[in-house]
Amino acid sequence: MYDAGKIIIGLVVFLALVSYPIWYDAARGDIPTSADPKIVTAEKECVAPTDYMKDSHMDLLNQWRDDVVRKGVRVYTAESGRKFEMSLSHTCMDCHSNKSEFCDECHNYAGVNPYCWDCHIEPEEVQQ
Amino acid sequence: MNAFYALFAVILLLLVAWVGVGTVDLYSLFGIIIPYLAFTIFILGFLYRIIKWAISPVPFRIPTTCGQQKSLPWLKSSKLDNPHNAFWTIIRMALEVLTFRSLFRSTRAELREGPKITYGDTKWLWAGGLAFHWAFLIIILRHYRFFVEPVPAFVLYLQSMDGLFQIGLPVLYITDAVIVVAASYLFVRRVFIPQVRYISLFADYFPLFLIGGIAVTGILMRYFTKIDVSAVKELTLGWINFKPAAPEGIGIMFYLHLFLVSVLFAYFPFSKLMHLGGIFLSPARNLANNNRAKRHVNPWNYDVKVHTYEEYEDEFREVMKEADLPVEKE
Repeated sequence: MYDAGKIIIGLVVFLALVSYPIWYDAARGDIPTSADPKIVTAEKECVAPTDYMKDSHMDLLNQWRDDVVRKGVRVYTAESGRKFEMSLSHTCMDCHSNKSEFCDECHNYAGVNPYCWDCHIEPEEVQQ
Repeated sequence: MNAFYALFAVILLLLVAWVGVGTVDLYSLFGIIIPYLAFTIFILGFLYRIIKWAISPVPFRIPTTCGQQKSLPWLKSSKLDNPHNAFWTIIRMALEVLTFRSLFRSTRAELREGPKITYGDTKWLWAGGLAFHWAFLIIILRHYRFFVEPVPAFVLYLQSMDGLFQIGLPVLYITDAVIVVAASYLFVRRVFIPQVRYISLFADYFPLFLIGGIAVTGILMRYFTKIDVSAVKELTLGWINFKPAAPEGIGIMFYLHLFLVSVLFAYFPFSKLMHLGGIFLSPARNLANNNRAKRHVNPWNYDVKVHTYEEYEDEFREVMKEADLPVEKE
């Protein structure tokens, strides 16, 4: 091999970059490998089914925002026929008052930084 | 025709993943075995190609130069375009790799108004290529959010810059739009410029369609069909910790995306995509032009057996004297 020193340094850099997650996670040792959002409500029914909420809650919230702010519509009728007030601070956070254990759990896990709290006041959490 | 074959190949790949996951439920094949296999082929193939290139000797400095060579101290030399030492070579390489400098400067020749040759620039190709590569790099770096827990700060920073305009929800990433537009431009250019179409092969169209397919499936699952992102990260962290498990709750669009990415990784070492490593081994770029300043010995020179005049004379001195031939030593 010619210029072996330089080429091997290059290859080591390449391998380090592509394997970075493996040794980083291995070095950290005991890492949580899944998100575990805690639901702390007596309410049995959400505004939409769990599967839909998992994938698409942001779409629903976006729709609610547009309906409330632009159209003045404040009532959401769920598929079950139940009516809800379209409100993040009230309807959503009434049941899911534990932002740090519910919202943040998955958002931090997936590296998502939603800008809800740029406008809304972050709910005060009761320390347990 | 090559473009159609490449398009059909990518559609076929999508169908394979669609049938494999959508109807036959081969989750662990498409979610674990194929990704692992593809990554292994990528690493080993990459190393193989680089080492194979590295064992080819480069006996002489052959950089392409575009400026005055360094010679006498009172002659101004062009350090960047005719680098004479490692430092300026590294600067030139860095500009080449990061900004595609030689593509920026390249020209195209066309015959216009009869036999008159006209030179034009290739700035659109340069801009399209640069946009494509940078968008692709940022997209790959953004994907580290799935592989590292907790998510590194630089990934969060990249994401916030990429989604700076906060269009829609989830926010539109600028790079998502850029890579689709740039890849489309690079494809359209191949089809519409006759000379480029003439030299375009299957191997030119296939990676374009493959990367285009990856971008489109990624965009579809982020903005339209939606997937359970937490479940995806459980799968990816499973690969990283070598405890893979394929959860079934992830949408089909994810598996289409993943299968195309796997094919791209496995195909990488055998294709033109190896320019990722090859650019660093380009002798026309990565050598300093010091041919006249330093002596470069050909590495495959072997010891030539010579018979010098002294040895000749030693051998035949007596005979030469008898024949009255002049000799140097008595």
